[in-house]
This record gives sequence, C-alpha cells and structure tokens, in this order.
Amino acid sequence: MKRRLYANLQRKIIFVTLLVSFIPLIFLSVTIYYQFAQMFKGKIEEQISYRARVQSNSIELFLKERTAILLAMADAYTFDYLSDKNNLEKIFRIMNNRVGGFIDLGLIDSSGKHVTYIGPYKLLNVNYYSEPWFHEVESKGVYVSDVFMGYRRVPHFIIALQRQETNKSWILRATIDSDVFETLVRTAQVGKTGDAFIVNKAGFYQTRMRFGNEILSKSNLNPTIFGEGTTVQEKMNAEGRKILYAGRWLKNNNWLLVISQDATEEMTRLFKTKQMEIIIVTAGCLMIIFTTIFTTRMTIRRLENSDRKMNELNAQLVHSDKLAALGKMAAGVAHEINNPLAVIAEKTGWMEDLLTEEEFQNSQNLGEYKKSLHKIEEHVERARKVIHGMLGFARRMEPHLEDVDINKVINETISFLESYARTNNISIIYDSNPDLPIIASDHSQIQQVFLNLLTNAVDAIGKDGTINISSKRHDLEISVIVKDNGQGIPKEYQSRIFEPFFTTKKSGKGTGLGLSVSYNIVRNMGGTITLESEEGKGTIFTVKLPVVVPEKK
Amino acid sequence: MYEFSVLLVDDEKEFLDTLLKRLQKRKIKATGVGSGEEALKILEESPTDLVVLDVRMQGMDGIKTLREIKKIRPLVEVIMLTGHANVEVAVEGMEVGAFDYLMKPTDVDELLYKLEDAYKRKKIQEQKIKRLEEEKNTE
Repeated sequence: MKRRLYANLQRKIIFVTLLVSFIPLIFLSVTIYYQFAQMFKGKIEEQISYRARVQSNSIELFLKERTAILLAMADAYTFDYLSDKNNLEKIFRIMNNRVGGFIDLGLIDSSGKHVTYIGPYKLLNVNYYSEPWFHEVESKGVYVSDVFMGYRRVPHFIIALQRQETNKSWILRATIDSDVFETLVRTAQVGKTGDAFIVNKAGFYQTRMRFGNEILSKSNLNPTIFGEGTTVQEKMNAEGRKILYAGRWLKNNNWLLVISQDATEEMTRLFKTKQMEIIIVTAGCLMIIFTTIFTTRMTIRRLENSDRKMNELNAQLVHSDKLAALGKMAAGVAHEINNPLAVIAEKTGWMEDLLTEEEFQNSQNLGEYKKSLHKIEEHVERARKVIHGMLGFARRMEPHLEDVDINKVINETISFLESYARTNNISIIYDSNPDLPIIASDHSQIQQVFLNLLTNAVDAIGKDGTINISSKRHDLEISVIVKDNGQGIPKEYQSRIFEPFFTTKKSGKGTGLGLSVSYNIVRNMGGTITLESEEGKGTIFTVKLPVVVPEKK
Repeated sequence: MYEFSVLLVDDEKEFLDTLLKRLQKRKIKATGVGSGEEALKILEESPTDLVVLDVRMQGMDGIKTLREIKKIRPLVEVIMLTGHANVEVAVEGMEVGAFDYLMKPTDVDELLYKLEDAYKRKKIQEQKIKRLEEEKNTE
C-alpha cells in the first residue's frame, strides 16, 4: 500500500521533471535546426544565383564582343570590297585574332545568295532566302540566332547583320564556334554533379549538358517558370534527388542560362549537422533521464526511510504507553496481593511465636506444626518473588545487598529454562566454579540478568544447539561468559542491542527491555556487560561483576 | 526488655493486630492505630519514641502523615512500611525524614533491628540537644 504510494509519487515526479526539461530542449533544438537549415539553404541559393548572374554577364559579353566586331567590319567596308574573297579572308583573320570564336564568315546579297564565303564548309552560292533567319535579319538589322542545323547539318548559331548601300542591301554573317561557346558556358559547372547549360524560349537545349542530352533536343525544364532577373527553382529529378536550378534570361530574353546543382550534395553538410545535433540532444536527454531517475529514487528512498523511522518511533511510543499502562495495572495488582501476603506472613510468624510457649512444647505434633509453618513462610516468600519477577520492579529498586553465590544463581536460572530447553533439544552446560567467592549483591537482580541472557540465547538458537556458560574469578571481579551457537546478531544491530525497546523478535514476543534492564542492573552494581557476535556463528555475552565482600553479621 | 515505645500505623487491621501481638510478645511497648489522623492525635497526647508507618493507607497517606509527624514531633523516628509497588514513595519518605523503610511482608526480626537502630539515633539526637542546651545554660 505504502510502497505503491511511493512508486506513484516517484513516477509522477519523474514524469513532470522529464516533461519540463524535454519540451524546451526539443523545441529549442528543432527551432535552431530549422533556422540553421533555412540559412544554409538561403546561402546555397544565393551562391547559385550569384554564379548564374556572373556567368550570364560573361556570356552576354561574349556575344556583344562578337556582334560589335562584326558591326565594326560592316560599318568599315562596302559590299564591293567585301565580295573580294581576299579582303573577306583578311577581315576574318583580323576578327579571329582580336576576339576569336568564329568558324566562318560570309557575305549575302539581298536575294539571299551567298556571294563570298570563308570557312571550312562548301557554302558558296547557297541561297538563304528561304531560311527563317534571313527575314529576321532583314526586319531587325542585327540578329543572333538560336542554335540550328542549317545546310551543314551540324548544330551552330550565327550572328548576322544587314547593311544598306544606296541601291542595295547586303548581309554579313558569321558562325560562332559552338565548342568555344559551350566551354564558356560550362565554366559555371561546379561540384560533382553541378551543370550549366542554355535553353531557348521554347525549351530546346542550346548547349550540351554535362551528362547526356542531345543538343537541340527538348528539355524537360519549363523555361516559363523562370522570371525576371535571376530565379532559383527547386525540382526533383527522375532519380528522386533534389536539384536546384538558377535561371537567368540572356540575349533579349531569348536564351535562358540554367545553372543546376544537386541540393542533396550540398545538403550533406547540413545532414551531418543534423546528425550531430540529434546525437547531442539524445545524449542530453539520456543524461536528464538518468539523473532524474537517480535523484528521484534517492529522494524517495530518503523519504521512505524517514517515514519508516517515524513509524517505528510511533510504534515505540505506543509500545511504551502500553508498557506504562501495563505497569500501572501490575502495580495495583501487586499491592492487592501483597497485603494479604503480608497478613499471612504475620499470622504465620505469630503462630511460630506462640509455639515457643511452654504449653506447646510437649505437644506430639510440635515438629509437624513448626515444619508446616516454615513451609508456609517459604511459600509466602516464593509468592513474593513471583510478584517481584512478574513486575520486573527489581530494576527500579535500589539493589539490596545480600550474600549471593553466583554458582547458585546460575544453576537456579538454568533450572527455570531446563524443561523448555530440553524440548527444543538445546543443552545448557555449566560447571560450577568452586573459586567463585560469595559476594554482596542483589540475588534477584543478578538472577534477572542471567535469565535475560539465557532466554535470549535460547531464542537465538531456536532448536538444536548448545549454550556454554563459564565463570572465572579475577582479583577484583567475577566474569561470567554465556556463549551460544545461535544465529548471531547482525553488525548493524550490535550497537543498538542495549537500547531500551530495541528488539529483533517479532512484535509481541519481546519487549526489547530485557537486555537494557540487564545492562542497567549490571552497571548499577559497578560491573560491565559486553558482547561479541558473528552472524551465523553465535553470540558471546560477557558479564563482569565487582567482588564486594559481604559484611560480617 | 526494650525501653522504647512504638506506634504502629496501618489500615490493614489483621496485619496491624498480628504485628502488635508479635511485638508485644517481644516485650515492646507497642500501640497501634488504623489511620494517619489517629496517629497524629496520639502523638500529640503522649510521647512515643518510634513510629512504623504504612505508606499506602486510606484517608491520609503515609507521606502526608510523615510530614505532619515531623512537624509536631521532629525527634520521633519513623520507619516506612511499603508493598513492592511503591518503593519510590518509601524512598521519597526517607528524603522527607524517615529513618528507613521495610518491605511487606516483613520479617519481624528485621523490624526489630531497624527499631533498635532508629532508637539509637533518636537517643543520640536527644543527647546532642541536651548538650547544646547545657552549653547554652552555662554561658
């Protein structure tokens, strides 16, 4: 019942403590992790969009440079001059020397005919009139095309521009080396999986990706999701990995530069941080659990202990109250019995007095009378002793001195217990020691001491055992040793064994007064009582009494 | 033959009478009364040397009687009689001024020894007083 109460209390304390320590801890760690993850993600996005911005600038610059030099050439020369193959070749060389990246250069007249051509392909005299870009150039003046196959059946893109001369218009057209261009685009690739490529408005690849893709094939990326400036999008790829895309429109919003990066790759660092945090929080939680359980258990145990001590104390108080009541009652009974006993004693004495008168001296039965009266006196004395013993008042009385023969006292005491000991197969052995002197002491008190020691020894043995009593005379004292082979006294009880009300016997079996009374009696007589005990082996009590020589009467 | 007189005080009549008879048989001038009040009356009227006083009595108890006796007859020596149950009271009586105490049932011879001792002390006290008075007179 009590035990369950404590277990409940313990559970409650542990639960509440854990609750109030876990909730903030977990809340804090989750918040911190979330904030950190946000910051980390922001950083990655910022990084990738920065790269996209820088890269788009350099691509724009690349295109502008090439457009500018082509414009310069067209501005500087006339159709006639350029239609000379040697002149065109010279210009082509200059252009490649200054900026590079041109594959070929051609001059086209207003009918779409390729008039002059410098380059590795056989494109001279090819008519471009039906090509879509031809009309684009005519309407816009300067035109940078998307990548297309054209007559040469190789993906490429061109820069073309139209010039008006008094009566005719002509077009100067250059092809950009797609290898050079792609290399430029790819310088933005980072990490193991990072990629950089360009798609056009319709979503067709303008450059090769790092892994796979045919140029001019349709991308599964929808360009319309990328808005003004630099936009960062997050998408899952086919393998289920999170990919970050940063897109920036180029070339008057015709091309989209896309820089992609595997978020998972970047996130591994975050993941490691997460793992670390989980480990730390878990360790913290475990520590909290252990400390909480440990300290709570300790507290509860202390509480339980003090509670138990209190209960014991209460029990002792109740016990001593009971004893006091019992003592009062016993005192009343004693007085009531004692008075008739006194009358009987006086009457007997009176009769003995009368027997000394002459008239009785000749009576035949004088001897019998005397004997009977003596017997009555003896039994009155016996009854008186019973009252003595029963009440245990001896301990409160001043010891009254009489001649005491310790041998006799011990033997008498043994005889009290003999029948009980015999039925439990306990032998009590004592060889009277003829050296012991008669001392002046209190017979009944000494008897009480030995009775208590022997009773305890018998109880300690229970069944089957031996009690050895030996006595010795020293110069100024007599020592009596009572040794049993019973269960012994545990170490922790040994210091308390002489305390009043301390008992190891079942409640109701022992008052816990026996040894304390014995101790007081012996101490009042100027002697000592000590014990040696080993659990499981037995106990030895040693009583030392001073030798007080009786006065001569 | 004893020269002192004894007053026995005990409310247990049987005990009182028998003890009286035994003392008288031993040639002791002994009288007996059954209560503290009676004892005080007698002591006021006639000089008595020794009193044997039961501690536990109906009416005025032993200790109270003892105090009164010591007030009116300080030189009277008192021996307390007690049952087992009230040795403490007897000890208290000795503190008040009783000569000694005896436990009931008493051995008559023991009582005689105590009476003799008590009478001896009484005589010594009386002699001391006498001497002091003589010294005072001669001055």
